[in-house]
Amino acid sequence: MSGILSYLVFFATVVLILGIVVLGLNLQWGFTGLFNAGVVGFYAIGGYTHAILTAAPLSGHMGNFGLHWSIGLGGAMVVTAAAAWAIGALTIRLRGDYLAITSFGIAVTIQLITLNWQELTGGPNGLTRLGRPLAGWFDTPAAFNAAYLLMLAAITALVYGGLERMLRSPWGRVLRAIREDELAAVALGKNARRFRLEAFVIGSTLMGLAGALYVGYIGFVSPFDFLPILTFQAWAMLIVGGSGNNRGALLGALVVWSIWTASGIAVTKLLPPSLAAQGAAVQVILIGAALVAMLLWRPRGIIGEEAVVSRHASD
Amino acid sequence: MGMLGQAIADGVLTGAVISLGAIGISFTMQIMRFANFAHAELLTWGGYLALVVVGFIGAGLPTAGLSFGLGLLAAAVLAAALTGALAWGVDRLVFQRLRRSGAHHLTLVFASFGIGLVMRHVIVLFWGHGSRFYTSELQIAVEVLPGVRVLPDQVFILAITIAIVVALHLWLRHSRTGIAMRATAESPALAQASGIEVERVIRATWFIGGGLAALSGIFVGLTPQLNPEIGGSLLLALFAAAIRGGIGSLPGAVVGGLLVGLAENVMVLVVSPGYKQSMSFGLLLLVLLLRPQGLFGERREGDR
Repeated sequence: MSGILSYLVFFATVVLILGIVVLGLNLQWGFTGLFNAGVVGFYAIGGYTHAILTAAPLSGHMGNFGLHWSIGLGGAMVVTAAAAWAIGALTIRLRGDYLAITSFGIAVTIQLITLNWQELTGGPNGLTRLGRPLAGWFDTPAAFNAAYLLMLAAITALVYGGLERMLRSPWGRVLRAIREDELAAVALGKNARRFRLEAFVIGSTLMGLAGALYVGYIGFVSPFDFLPILTFQAWAMLIVGGSGNNRGALLGALVVWSIWTASGIAVTKLLPPSLAAQGAAVQVILIGAALVAMLLWRPRGIIGEEAVVSRHASD
Repeated sequence: MGMLGQAIADGVLTGAVISLGAIGISFTMQIMRFANFAHAELLTWGGYLALVVVGFIGAGLPTAGLSFGLGLLAAAVLAAALTGALAWGVDRLVFQRLRRSGAHHLTLVFASFGIGLVMRHVIVLFWGHGSRFYTSELQIAVEVLPGVRVLPDQVFILAITIAIVVALHLWLRHSRTGIAMRATAESPALAQASGIEVERVIRATWFIGGGLAALSGIFVGLTPQLNPEIGGSLLLALFAAAIRGGIGSLPGAVVGGLLVGLAENVMVLVVSPGYKQSMSFGLLLLVLLLRPQGLFGERREGDR
């Protein structure tokens, strides 16, 4: 019984962390129309920054500063924001697909750095003994896990509420105006490039925060926690839930992660180990095909964006 | 000196293979206005389709110092045609529908992302993650200059690539379809108004892009092996080559490919080879910073 309960706590934790990633992606794609093909890159920047800042000092490592976890979380957000700003400033002025290509490139580069720059990232072995938020406040792992889940729920609620407020503010309306008709927005004196860059940086920063919260939860970091498939999963969550709707983003995280986990369990239970690679491939093929089908036949997703009508229109 | 010479020789040879792959990505980006992330998987598919054919007819008797004979050449031609058909089939199934429904062009980019993933994992499903070889023949490298060694296969690949690029260039200049393609690349609306069937041009683009991608994948598989990652690991290099040369430009894609191949191989002398993929990305960033329209591209509306 307690086994199932602790698994559910773990599952909910992962869903909330991914939910924060998808909220960030929704700000970029759903509300601003920016294509980020390197979600996992920003997630990894956050995770590794947190790890490098907080890991216990170890000889032969450049990082491992052993700082407090709050500095790790803050640092993760700052570094991710800086990375997003750098490539955003370079590519947002260009065709939309150039941002897709460069963000994809960032993700590849980060993956190579995590694998190859041993002194900083620990290479394939990763880094251990990280600063974990709330660590030391609880006696048992179960209490820690429950408290971490509560903390994550609070952070997710904060992010959700903050985003909703921002999107309903004049700033959010400008974003959607630019997405719908850039020329008109620019003619009204809005600096489209600046608004886009702001949305891109804020969205990526949320991904970095989520990465830091993830490694803070598991207590170690390795390149294998940041596989390229994660970018695709985040996109699947957004499209399935309904891009342009923050509740849809969270719902998508829950639905897609449930399907992914369940199909993963089915593959390991039903197939002999010799066919594990094939089973994993089928899992990706099915999700990929479902996603393309969704784009073709139900582009709005489960919830989709609310039609916004001026409150003066009903008068 | 020998090291640098070898790096340059290797760079030209990799560059030729990248060029072939980059031509298709560059044309799709210009004619259909979207970055096709699935293009890299066409390389992989071409490589494996040729492997299937070789499985039936064999790679042929090794001739003239090459590791293969007529069998592999026939397989390459067949695989190129099949991969072209595959590229076009995917278009009919997904991209064409999205175009007709008036989807945002970034939706096509996203769809290509998903399609690429599916295509790669279908390969994993059938062949697994391991490496495959067309032949078990051993090749002896020939010293062409002091300290610079190349394989006969590599020389053959370079020669074929040059021949293909020249033929394609002439075809684009002089054939009716070639001229229609260039016109559509310039302005789809205007091309349609002058009576060009845009869907036909699109079909030609997929067949050419897919066919060349297949050859590129086969050449990667020849020097020396095939695995499900060959396309994906070249994706950034392909984009870098296409954008660097200026999208929609044939000479641009070829020169871009050569520059990317050279840069990768020369940089490896200085930087750890673990970062190879990032080098083409670094080049790409540099180009976007300095000359976003590429070496041979023209500034156009929408590029900003």
